[in-house]
Amino acid sequence: MGQAVSISACPACSAAPLAEETAQRALSDAQITLSLPGIHCAACMDTVEQALMGQPGVRQARVNLTLKRAQVQAEPAVTAADLIPAVQAAGYEVHELDAGTIAATATDRAGRDLLMRLAVAGFASMNVMLLSVSVWSGAEDATRDLFHWISAAITLPAIGFCAQPFFRNAFSALKVGRLNMDVPISLAILLALVTSLWETMLSGEHAYFDAALTLTFFLLAGRYLDHRTRAVARSAAEELTALELPRATVLRDGQEQQLPISEVVLGDLILVRPGARSPVDGEITEGHSELDRSLLTGETLPVPAAPGQPISAGEVNLTGPLTLRATAVGRDSSLHRMADLVAIAESGRSRYTPLADRAAKLYAPGVHILSALAFLGWLAWTGDFRLALNIAAAVLIITCPCALGLAVPAVTTAASGRLFRRGMLIKHETALERLSAVDTVVFDKTGTLTAGTPTPVNLEALTEADRALALALAHGSSHPLSVALTGAISGDAAPVTDLREVPGFGTEAQLNGETVRLGRAAWLGAEPGAQTATWLQRGQGTPVEIRFTDSLRPGAAQAVADLKAQGIRVLLLSGDSAGAVGDLARTLGIDEWQAGALPGDKAARIAALQEQGHSVLMVGDGLNDTAALTSADVSISPASALDAARVASDIVLLGGDLTPIPGALTTASRATRRIRENFRIATLYNVIAVPLAVAGLCSPLIAALAMSASSVTVSLNALRLR
Amino acid sequence: MEVIIWLIPISLFLGGLGLIAFIWSVRTNQYDDPQGNSQRILSDQWDEHPKP
Repeated sequence: MGQAVSISACPACSAAPLAEETAQRALSDAQITLSLPGIHCAACMDTVEQALMGQPGVRQARVNLTLKRAQVQAEPAVTAADLIPAVQAAGYEVHELDAGTIAATATDRAGRDLLMRLAVAGFASMNVMLLSVSVWSGAEDATRDLFHWISAAITLPAIGFCAQPFFRNAFSALKVGRLNMDVPISLAILLALVTSLWETMLSGEHAYFDAALTLTFFLLAGRYLDHRTRAVARSAAEELTALELPRATVLRDGQEQQLPISEVVLGDLILVRPGARSPVDGEITEGHSELDRSLLTGETLPVPAAPGQPISAGEVNLTGPLTLRATAVGRDSSLHRMADLVAIAESGRSRYTPLADRAAKLYAPGVHILSALAFLGWLAWTGDFRLALNIAAAVLIITCPCALGLAVPAVTTAASGRLFRRGMLIKHETALERLSAVDTVVFDKTGTLTAGTPTPVNLEALTEADRALALALAHGSSHPLSVALTGAISGDAAPVTDLREVPGFGTEAQLNGETVRLGRAAWLGAEPGAQTATWLQRGQGTPVEIRFTDSLRPGAAQAVADLKAQGIRVLLLSGDSAGAVGDLARTLGIDEWQAGALPGDKAARIAALQEQGHSVLMVGDGLNDTAALTSADVSISPASALDAARVASDIVLLGGDLTPIPGALTTASRATRRIRENFRIATLYNVIAVPLAVAGLCSPLIAALAMSASSVTVSLNALRLR
Repeated sequence: MEVIIWLIPISLFLGGLGLIAFIWSVRTNQYDDPQGNSQRILSDQWDEHPKP
C-alpha cells in the first residue's frame, strides 16, 4: 500500500528522501544568529525573514520576537557579513551574535526539566486531591481504601519523578554535614509517603498523599519562578557578550584573514583598524596612531602610539591603522591576567548569606526537634507507635517550609521584572537583598558618570574664521575629538584643499597657500596642558587651544542628587588626572573624590569602607574597576562596559541612563521588606497550625488548607511589589 | 456507585492525555517564542499555503 501511495505522487512521500538528504546536509550548514533590537511586530518579522530568505545560499530563516533574534541556516560558505546588508536595506538594525556564546542559552534544559516536573506534579496533585475530597466528604470502608490505593498508585511514581531536585539537594547538603531548606522538605515528603502507605495497608482513616503532592507542586512552582527570573537575565547578559565577536584580522603569508582569537598564535602580525579594540597584547611594528586606554586605566587623554611601543589587549586604536606582533595571547594577555586577579579577590557575593539560608538555619533544626519531640511524647504517653509516627508526620507536613520556599522567589521575580522594565538586569540571585543594605555608593568616572565622548568647552573664545577652519580640518579624521568638533560647530567650513590625516598627530590642509593644521600639541610645537585638548595652527602662527571635557552620561546628575537625597554617601574614585576628576566632582556635588587611583587602590578603599561597617555599591565599567566591582557588597556596570566588568558585576544597566540606580535601591529595600513579611506570614500559619498537629487534632484536610492558604497569601503579598 | 469503576480510569486517562500533550509541546520548543507566535497569526505568510 505504501508503494501504491508513493506512485500516486503523494507530495509528502516523494519529499521524504529529499528531507533525509536535507537533514544530512544540515550538519555541515552554517548556523548564523543575528540580533535584531528593533523588531516589534508581525510585519517586522515578515520583512526580515523575507530579506534573509532572498539571499543566495540561505536555506531557512526564522525570527524569534521574544528574544529579538533571527536564526539562519545557510550553506557553509555564507557568513553573517553577507546577510547583514540585506537586513539593513530592509530598514532594521542588526548585529551578529557569536554562536559559541549564544549556544549555551539556546535551549534552557534546566528550566524545561523543572517545567516538566511541575506539570506532572500539578496533574498528579489535582487527581489525588479529587480522590481525597471524596474521602473527606465521607467515603468509608472499602471505597476509602480503594481511593487511598489509587492515590498511592498515582503519588509514588509522581513523587519519584517530581521531587528529585529536592532529594538531590538535601542529600548533597547532608553529605557535607549541613542543613538546608531541602532537608526538612525531603523529610516531610518521605515521611508523609511512608505513614500514608502504612495507614492505607491497615485501612486507616488518614492519608497524606495529597499533602505530599501539593507540597511538591508549590515548591516546584517557587523553584521554577526563581529559575525563570535568572534565566532571562542570564540570556540577556550573554547576548551582550556575544555581540563582541572575538575575532582578529591576522596577516599570514601576506594575506589578511579573519580568525577567532583562540587561533591567534605568538608572533602573528595583527591588523588593528581605527576604532577597533586590540585583541591581544603586542608590540607595534607599523603605523602611527593614538590609543584610548580609558577602559584599562580610566585616563581620558589619548596616548600616542608609534612602532616599537607595547600595546595591551582592550586598548582602542583611534586614528591610523596599526600592525602589531602578538606578544601574549588568550590566557596570558593582560586582559585575562586582570580577570584572574578578580577570581582571586574575595567577592562580596560569597561573603553574603542569603535571607532564605539564614531562615533555613533557624528553621530546619527547630522543625526536626519539634517533630521528634511530638513523636517521643506521644509514644511515651500512649505507647502507640503508629499514632506517634502519624502525628510526627503531620507536624512535619504542617511546618514544611512551603511558603518559605515561595517567599523569596515570588518577591525576587516581581522585583526583577519591575527593574527589568526600567532597563536593569539582575544577574545574581541575592543581588536585591544585598542592594537593600547599601549605604555608600562608589562611582568610577570615565565611562560610568561620563559618557566617554568629549565635548569642546571653549569654542566661544575662538574667532569665527578659526571655528570654520577647525570644522573643515575636523572633517578629515574620525578621531573622537574631530567627531566632537564637527558635531559642535555649526556654520560653513573653510574652503580648504589637500585635506589629509597624519595618523597619530592630526589633520593638515592648504588654505590660501598656507599650511593649516589641527592636532596634538607636540606636533604643532605647543605646550600640552593637563586637560584633553587639540590645537589649531595657521602657517607658522601661534597655535590656538581647543579644550574638551568629557560629557556627562545622561541621568548622572539626577542619580547622584537622588542618592544624596536618600541619605546615601557618594564617592568618586577615578584613575584619571586630578583636574578632570575634581571638575566633575564639583559639577555633580560629590564631596569625596580621589584621582589617579590604581585598580588596587579602588579595591583597597572599598575594603576600608567595609571595615568601617559600610555596605558598598560599586558602579564601574572599566577593566581597572573589576577588582573593586568584585570586592564591593554589590556592583552595577553599564552595558557599554568591558565584558570582564560586566561579568564581575551583579547588575547590568541596559540603557545609557543612570537614573534607575536610586530607584533600584528603593525597590530592593521594599523587596527585602516583603521577603521578611512573607517569612512572618509563613511563621504565623505555623504558630496556629503546629499546636493542632502536636495535639493530634490535625486532619489531612486542615493540613491541605493551611498549606495552600499560606502559599497563596505569600504569593499575593509578593505581587504587591509590581 | 459502580459507575466510579469506569469514571476513575476515564478521568485519569483524559488528564493523562492533557499531560502528554503538554510534555510534547514543551519538548518540541513550542514555548520558545510566545510573543512571536501571538504576532504570527497576523502575518500573511503561511508556512504551507492552504489547499485551494
